[in-house]
Amino acid sequence: MYAYDEIDRTLVNERVSEFRDQVKRRLSGELTEDEFKMLRLQNGVYLQLHAYMFRVAIPYGTLATKQLRALAHVARKYDRGYGHFTTRQNIQFNWIKLAELPDALEDLSKVGIHAMQTSGNNMRNVTSDQWAGVAPGEIEDPRIWSELIRQHTTLHPEFSFLPRKFKIAITASDHDRAAIKIHDIGLRLIKNEKGETGFEVLVGGGLGRTPFIAKTIKHFVHGRDILSYIEAILRVYNQYGRRDNIYKARIKILVHELGIEKFSREVEEEWQHIRNSSLQIDDEVIEDIRSRFTYPAYEKLPHMPDELRQAAADPDFEAWRKNSVAPHKVQGYSIVTISLKPIGKPPGDATAEQMDALADLADKYSFGEIRVGHEQNLALPHVAKRDLPALWKALDKLDLATPNVNLITDIIACPGLDYCSLANARSIPIAQELTRRFANHELANLIGRLHINISGCINACGHHHVGHIGILGVEKNGEEVYQITIGGRADESAALGNLIGPGVKFDEVADVVEDIVEAYLALRERPEELFMDTVKRLGVEPFKERVYATR
Amino acid sequence: MPLVNGGKIADDSFVKLAVDTPLPEGGDILVPAERFVGEAEALLKRAGKVGVIWPNNRDIDELVPYLGKVAAIALVFPTFRDGRAYSQARLLRERYNYRGELRATGQVLRDQFVFMLRAGFDSFEVKKQADAEAFMQSAKRYSVFYQPTGDGRITALHRRMQLRHSEGVGT
Repeated sequence: MYAYDEIDRTLVNERVSEFRDQVKRRLSGELTEDEFKMLRLQNGVYLQLHAYMFRVAIPYGTLATKQLRALAHVARKYDRGYGHFTTRQNIQFNWIKLAELPDALEDLSKVGIHAMQTSGNNMRNVTSDQWAGVAPGEIEDPRIWSELIRQHTTLHPEFSFLPRKFKIAITASDHDRAAIKIHDIGLRLIKNEKGETGFEVLVGGGLGRTPFIAKTIKHFVHGRDILSYIEAILRVYNQYGRRDNIYKARIKILVHELGIEKFSREVEEEWQHIRNSSLQIDDEVIEDIRSRFTYPAYEKLPHMPDELRQAAADPDFEAWRKNSVAPHKVQGYSIVTISLKPIGKPPGDATAEQMDALADLADKYSFGEIRVGHEQNLALPHVAKRDLPALWKALDKLDLATPNVNLITDIIACPGLDYCSLANARSIPIAQELTRRFANHELANLIGRLHINISGCINACGHHHVGHIGILGVEKNGEEVYQITIGGRADESAALGNLIGPGVKFDEVADVVEDIVEAYLALRERPEELFMDTVKRLGVEPFKERVYATR
Repeated sequence: MPLVNGGKIADDSFVKLAVDTPLPEGGDILVPAERFVGEAEALLKRAGKVGVIWPNNRDIDELVPYLGKVAAIALVFPTFRDGRAYSQARLLRERYNYRGELRATGQVLRDQFVFMLRAGFDSFEVKKQADAEAFMQSAKRYSVFYQPTGDGRITALHRRMQLRHSEGVGT
């Protein structure tokens, strides 16, 4: 965990007091809605379909139990008793009153949580691997660098009014759980031949109306130069990024229009001016940040404790363990993913009661730490294997032990037309119907790893482009129509999905997905061949045939 | 539009000239970039200070040869959402060591003062009277800064180092 010091706390408090003043001026009419809009967005406040939506930052997805309890408190006191975890390692509340927002922010600030830059045309919450610091084989804990970048990009005086939003993600593992290739800047922590820490820097990824996979702009930037290199990219973007058209304002369009070679030359030229400036990070600064991340005092535990051996007789436990428990870098410990995708419920939602109970479980079984992943699930990062059976029983009582992580019902979905003022179509009811169709665990397990992503509009908050099966809702002649893609992925082999054919109606979507899955089961060469591999081998055609032959 | 200079509401000695306004005999003038570049020699010869209004989509490098000679540079925020002039300001101050008046013009509001000050602006044509009056209060809103910029304020990272070192003394 990272511990805020007095300096960090002062800044958050000053931010709350500023926002309180801004809300006051808005309510008195001193600020117009147009003037206020950017200010509230910079504090995570959207005006949605029914009410204000409040998005709270969870930097690199790490939460302490007192922070999770504070989120539960906000859900209970200021909202309708639940929150929605999003693909950006954030949590959103949908029903907060504007006049109460400063109080909610102040309550959160007491536990070191804020909503700075969770929206607006500035640098957003820095995201990272939800298994950071505990994943076996990672280069080093990427959160040290995430925190450094979080600080640097917070209230940055040059980049708080960019052409559009700007997102940075960092991974330190071979398997990319941070989806760095669909970010404006993606950073992959690596070591060079001298053993020095640095980054492969990718740029220009993003989804939305015009999706792009990020391109490598530099194969190695030394850790000490990473802030100046990011600053160089941002300065080029701030000056040359398009502001004439909101749909073309993201850095991916600039990179695409200039070409990666020309863009990287511009960045290089800028970087040479500033790389030896005060932006260079000395080791002492890194060590200071590193020293404020504390790690649990792990015990020396057996690889296979008796408790686990005994529990293996229970098939329900085993189904959950196989699905939700991942290896930890320390022997005797596990990483436990908590599915926020119970059958028939909106993906990513958690009630205040669940959050509080989960905080208690994290205190008891995970050294007081919780993680939020971009798949809209949570994780307990340090669970002793001997505690797994007890933890499972407790989670099951909370409806948090659905064994569907990475399976077909582990659906990523945006809030869609039910909440969002931008949406053209519903997402949540589609997700709910699909989870009911594939509720049978044996069937889901037989299908294997398969990610479905649903977005209710072209803005792609549900990351439909990179879903193994992607579902995009659009509006056509006053009706919701869904376009289906297959073959997308957001990991280290990130790819955009391919459209299988014309859009289908709301009540046909689940049937179409069933057809695709049936086609896959019939087409796969062996049970180990995953959906993605079959699609890669055969392309769209056989799936298209199966779906449209009878429609 | 009230002008804040040196932290206080001040009189503006500069008169803004359009591209084709006849040149006044004396007094301080602010001239659009294209006119400035076209007539620089004549403009700089006359009595009175000369400043230039530089649009946010014109390369600042073009202005570099004149930096020792202009008394003021006015950068433009056509809307408060358009942040290009922040980059121009930092380049002028930090890369090119420009030390004259650096003025923020256009949609200049109270909530942007801290960003502007940190980027190097020291003069503000403020859109609203109430915002101009609240200048010092707004400017002091923050006491902690995470990034180094040319404004010389100590960053959080370095303040921590100082604290750590001073704690080490005598132990």
